[in-house]
Amino acid sequence: MNTKERGRRRFLKGGAALAGLAVGEIRSASGQAIGSERPEVRPEDFRAYGERSRFVTSVRRDPRNPNSRTPLQDSVGIITPSALHFMVPTWIDPPDIDPWQHRLLIHGMVDRPLIFSMEELKRLPSVSRIHFVECAGSGDSLEERKKNGMLAETVQRTHGLTACSEWTGVLLSMLLRETGVQKEATWLVAEGAEPRKRSKSIPLEKAMDDVLVAYGQNGEPVRPEQGYPLRLVVPGFEGVHNIKWLRRIKVLDQPSMEKEETSHYPTQRPDLGKARWFQFEMGPKSVITFPSGGQRLPSRGFYEITGLAWSGGGAIQRVEVSTDGGRTWKDAELQEPVLRMAHTRFRFPWNWDGDEAVLQSRCTDDVEAIQPTLAEFGRIWGGVDSEYLKTTRNKVNHINAIQPWKVSRDGSVRNALL
Amino acid sequence: MRCYSLLVPLVALASCAAARAQTPLHNLGRTPSAEEIRAWDISINPEGKGLPPGSGTAKQGETLYEHKCARCHGKTGTEGPNEPLIGGQGTLQTERPVRTIGSFWPFATTIWDYINRGMPQYEEGSLSADQVYAITAFLLYRNGIIHESDVIDANSLPKIQMPNRNGFVPPKPEWKRREKRPFGIYH
Repeated sequence: MNTKERGRRRFLKGGAALAGLAVGEIRSASGQAIGSERPEVRPEDFRAYGERSRFVTSVRRDPRNPNSRTPLQDSVGIITPSALHFMVPTWIDPPDIDPWQHRLLIHGMVDRPLIFSMEELKRLPSVSRIHFVECAGSGDSLEERKKNGMLAETVQRTHGLTACSEWTGVLLSMLLRETGVQKEATWLVAEGAEPRKRSKSIPLEKAMDDVLVAYGQNGEPVRPEQGYPLRLVVPGFEGVHNIKWLRRIKVLDQPSMEKEETSHYPTQRPDLGKARWFQFEMGPKSVITFPSGGQRLPSRGFYEITGLAWSGGGAIQRVEVSTDGGRTWKDAELQEPVLRMAHTRFRFPWNWDGDEAVLQSRCTDDVEAIQPTLAEFGRIWGGVDSEYLKTTRNKVNHINAIQPWKVSRDGSVRNALL
Repeated sequence: MRCYSLLVPLVALASCAAARAQTPLHNLGRTPSAEEIRAWDISINPEGKGLPPGSGTAKQGETLYEHKCARCHGKTGTEGPNEPLIGGQGTLQTERPVRTIGSFWPFATTIWDYINRGMPQYEEGSLSADQVYAITAFLLYRNGIIHESDVIDANSLPKIQMPNRNGFVPPKPEWKRREKRPFGIYH
């Protein structure tokens, strides 16, 4: 350690002693010290890489389900902290990739196949964009009911397979201009470097439109469980397209028909007797995050109802809120920035009179698609009624139904979808 | 190539822009050797392009299945704990569709690709091409799609007609930018 460094450490320790003294001196009106005990974390630790307050306990792990989900009930603003971004799948450990060894290969129907190192990718012109990533199975409030008889209780359980980050990287369209794309090409397949090398076919038109090859997330390198050192961000598309630990892109004239476009993601349509093969964009969706299932309002009076709205089709144009079970709707205020394929925060002032109330939101995106009720969803999705959706073991993806929460007289809030 | 003047005729300008789009703009990245691409490229397309030499039969696959697959997919391929691989034909129109390789998957090549790519869990990449062909043959045989003695290789695998090949709409997947769908739902 050099002299300068030793001096800095002394300074930090001194500062901590002062800060500790100050905390000890702050007392509330009742004379009780704020905070029951001193933090055990040494100041050097949290200054080197910041920690949140020990009083903040929100986590994405959910003891009732192996899937990790974003704790939307605790969210503020539109950015999901990287450490709280949901993880799918959770049964594999993120690979431990050395960025100096990592390479991205682009080949197939291109004029000049190229291999990029991370260093080379970071030299290229970059962009930062705020986008959500959402699993195709997000919003399925009925899934838990089919498994154990109870509706998912919290908004983390019902809608926690979505998260929104600022992604930084290079546009895939730019990389594809570097390689040149042959005239007959219409698709590409992207592949990860993890042991099972998950892959997904993506239409070339989308790749040339707005797909990002991202190395940054929320101001720092992408987290290992989110794809470090490199991942694809396919704005608005089902989560499975957003290949993590990206190592290879092959340009093709047809989809590659690998497992991810074969087994789980097509929808078996009861009305057609066939499966809808590819589904790309997530529909318009909104949900109230406060007050939401599992929370409790301490008393009647003023509350700000708030939540998130997003659409794979574009930007959110409008969010309406109902506090009377859908009889009347009023426009909520949209918090800027309102971005394409990004979470949008909405707010709605509300005075709770202490009576039962059913709170729900619905959104409209800028291609004028409106969020459906569960009944409307069933009709369009496959010519089925809500009864079918409640009981079927058929996999129903892309559920974007309006989510009602019921506030009881005792202030408790529960899922009132059924 | 650069466009030096705004006064060039429109046609020339257009061709100049097209030529520019085909020219590397930053000259970063290096050209991989054909050998490097071969080593990295594990994709198999529905016509079987990319399948390596090798072959296997259901009989050879049976023992391999027992040792490499049964722990997660069950002794008969139906009981789990992980996804069933065998059976389910005739259930797709019911309220309890059982999607397996045999009942749902449209292309036989996908089976080979997925075993080769990601199986067995925690031992990914450990199977030889012959072993992957053999396990693929075993799963196809147990699903009633091929005979026990059929030899599965790069030539025969893509020719197998899967039972649910025509069970998808639309037959050709496509994406349209800013497409308006009722409630944003694909239907």
